Amino acid sequence: MSRRRLLPLLPALTMLALLGPVLAGLWGTVLPAFGHLPAAGLTGPSLDPFRDLLGWAGLPRAVMLSVGTGVLATVMSLAIVMLVTAGWSGTRVFGVLERLLSPLLAVPHAAAAFGLAFLIAPSGWLARLTSPELTGWDRPPDLLIVHDSWGLAMTAGLIVKEVPFLLLITLAALGQADAQRSVRVARALGYGRLTGWLKTVFPRVYAQIRPPVYVVLAYAMSVVDVAVILGPNTPPSLSVQIVKLMAHPDLSHRLEAAAGAVLQLLLVIGALLVWRLGEGAVAALGRRWIAAGARGKADPVIAGLALVAGAVSALAVFLGLVVLGVWSVAGFWGFPDALPDKITMANWLRFGPGTLQALGETAFIAVVAALVALVLTIGCLEAEYRHKLRVSQRALWVLYIPLLVPQTAFLPGLQTLMLNLGAEVGRGPVILAHVVFVLPYVFLSLADPFRAWDARMGVIAAALRASPDGILWRVRLPMLLRPVLTAFAVGLAVSVGQYLATLLIGGGRVATLTTEAVALASGGDRRAIGVYGLMQTGAALVPFALALLIPALVWRNRKGLRHG
Amino acid sequence: MKHLAVLAALLAPLPAMADVDPADWEAVTAQAEGQTVYWNAWGGSTTTNDFIAWVGSRVAQDYGVTLNHVKLTDTADAVTRVLSEKQAGQNENGAIDMIWINGANFAAMKEADLLFGPYAEQLPNWALADFENKPALQTDFTVPVDGYESPWAMAQVVFVHDTARMPDRLGSMDALLGWAQANPGRFSYPQPPDFLGTTFLKQVLIDILPDPLVLAEPATDANYDAVTAPLWAYLDALTPHLWREGRAYPASGPAQLQLIADAEVDLAISFSPGEATAAIANNQLPDTVRTFVLDKGTIGNASFVAIPYNSGAKAGAMVVANFLLSPEAQARAQDPAILGYGTVLAMDKLSDADRALFETLDLGIATLTPAELGVVQDEPHPTWMTRISDDWVARYGVAQ
Repeated sequence: MSRRRLLPLLPALTMLALLGPVLAGLWGTVLPAFGHLPAAGLTGPSLDPFRDLLGWAGLPRAVMLSVGTGVLATVMSLAIVMLVTAGWSGTRVFGVLERLLSPLLAVPHAAAAFGLAFLIAPSGWLARLTSPELTGWDRPPDLLIVHDSWGLAMTAGLIVKEVPFLLLITLAALGQADAQRSVRVARALGYGRLTGWLKTVFPRVYAQIRPPVYVVLAYAMSVVDVAVILGPNTPPSLSVQIVKLMAHPDLSHRLEAAAGAVLQLLLVIGALLVWRLGEGAVAALGRRWIAAGARGKADPVIAGLALVAGAVSALAVFLGLVVLGVWSVAGFWGFPDALPDKITMANWLRFGPGTLQALGETAFIAVVAALVALVLTIGCLEAEYRHKLRVSQRALWVLYIPLLVPQTAFLPGLQTLMLNLGAEVGRGPVILAHVVFVLPYVFLSLADPFRAWDARMGVIAAALRASPDGILWRVRLPMLLRPVLTAFAVGLAVSVGQYLATLLIGGGRVATLTTEAVALASGGDRRAIGVYGLMQTGAALVPFALALLIPALVWRNRKGLRHG
Repeated sequence: MKHLAVLAALLAPLPAMADVDPADWEAVTAQAEGQTVYWNAWGGSTTTNDFIAWVGSRVAQDYGVTLNHVKLTDTADAVTRVLSEKQAGQNENGAIDMIWINGANFAAMKEADLLFGPYAEQLPNWALADFENKPALQTDFTVPVDGYESPWAMAQVVFVHDTARMPDRLGSMDALLGWAQANPGRFSYPQPPDFLGTTFLKQVLIDILPDPLVLAEPATDANYDAVTAPLWAYLDALTPHLWREGRAYPASGPAQLQLIADAEVDLAISFSPGEATAAIANNQLPDTVRTFVLDKGTIGNASFVAIPYNSGAKAGAMVVANFLLSPEAQARAQDPAILGYGTVLAMDKLSDADRALFETLDLGIATLTPAELGVVQDEPHPTWMTRISDDWVARYGVAQ
């Protein structure tokens, strides 16, 4: 009886887990933004926080950086993914690129950004490999590449991470877009592969990947860790400034931080609205383009360029990880030597114990957060199945809210709120904050395979007198072992990569691989960053490998289940 | 009578809430056993992190105290935390048990009654400290310490240069400006409000002011602009010749040293005479690196640990503070292969065996001897640092 009552509660509980912290955090942001912070002995309402914010000379540039880098990174990564898919999907080259890019999804943003920084700096690996033979440099040129004023290095860092994400999302959407037949028809009518795809498949695919594209835009506009590692710092982007203000010893700066957070939220909402309008404009132009009937003479050139861009983006992350690896075993490595003067395990011996401790904390938080998310997800999906609930498109947007509201807009508020309530900091609240970000990805990853499960299996089991719970535990979940494990791995990877949620909600006491690695960034000890970055990447990648391996082992004598 | 008894009962502190008496060392060590101490210390330097980890293993061994290093990017974070806890009414079991602190952060915490104490001069190892000859142990940036923080290291500004590319030392800040103009793009300093970056600004001011004594008193609205005007003129002249023309700065001291290894700059500032030697040992700097001080001397100060008033592990924190003052910990901190920090102890107060720990230390190729380090200049009053740092951010922090 009790269980039957529990199940229908799970969707409500999931909503609470998703929206509760976001709404509470926004509330905790809006109050101090209007001058109300009882903890600092201040009561509002007042507009002073906004006045302070507007008085900061760096504001126009910080806002421009947030908007500029966010929009550019989204446009560029979307363009690369769409053009690569349009020009190459179905070919062997595409298969190779897909296999190259998929594992990159799990590489944490911070590790990818470190790798990129080591690669492209004037004294970076690329310069070292070519100096002094090709460049003639015996000392690096005084060029502002990393931390450049326009935020281009930061944009590049975002692009190399968003391309794999959007590509995988697009691959999932292609299956339902009837892409192959559409392109075949278009090609029969004389259209080039790329133009034919763009004119027939793109509108359908885009309609499906629209929410993730919005997520990329919102994320790129408010990112903190990548901005700290690659972005400018005179002044920094708005999000970084908010985090800096939050850390100021004078509590009254939190008011200005909250005002900045409200501005950040408005910027993201504004950008999303403009983007939405832009979709309409692109659609109108696109219809005219389709009606004009051009067959796509430039297709091979564009497809070639897109492939190069996609390959460069994948290569940048790979080479970045390699150079992290080289630094982690480097003895002295001066410019312009292509490699360190000696290879040593001393760095691993030195930082190994510290990383293991952080790994333990990281793994504990990730496993609990991913398990909670998995249980809630399966509960929701099972409730939907048993009670024949229909999930509307609008309900689906709830999943995206935590990913669309900028982290810098609600996490500081959540921290202030917890402080006012006198809540203990530590692992518990951090895990809850992680669930907010982990749950949407776990849900999105598991929902399709769960719903696609052949319900006739359930009918057969029921005919054999299996209870609904029995069907779930003994038939459905075992058959869905692989997607369940994949969803779990996705959850782990998302949790491992969380920076701001761990830093702000943990009150500094919770040290994960990601917070330690970003803290080390300020120290600039590349050997330590190499060790931590690789451990962080490993922590996110190994679960994916296990998600592939475990079903293969469990089903070594039940081959028919393998693709369940 | 009855009323009086009730009143007395209300006024008497509950035993559980009473803080341990620092003078009763046996009670301190007894209470410390089993406590977990969260030491909030700047975590940007891996050599310091390693040293703190070693301290943790030693106090666990000797006193059963578990030490957790909370790695800060800025010590001000810890001050914020304690302040917000006080304002939220969390007067017990705060998140922080000990802070690596000095200067403006100490002044702010002491002023706001956020510190436990006085305790420092009751620690058994305080007797070994060289407070007679090192005034910085009892006056932190001109602010009286009054036992509210316990010293554990001496620091002095030195300049680090790669002799392979910059063979000669510089004698003054004016000479530095001339050299930078002749060698554009080859010098930078950590971005204020990083403490080392603000230290560079103070060092400039002390070196170019005809009479730096004015800095010993708090900055006032009346004298601030006039006193600091030469500093801003100096920086306006220097900035276009900095690395990246001052459009970007290294985030911290270690990040700035990395730039020397990358051959991006030839000169850097450091607050630890032994840091360069330690970095050579860790492969972070080429072995052609040496250090120098200015003709008129350089700023020196002491590093301390303070205990927040709402710590739940004050006894454990005092045990750690006392251990940091022990000859064993001090000799290890001074070893340039480990940390290279100056000791706060007086050699003549140590036993022969303990003194031998220090005398056998090889200071290393890039470390100046105490005689070579020359005159130690006093830190200005913290108000100067705060205002100069804020002004710098407004003038140069939003340059482009």
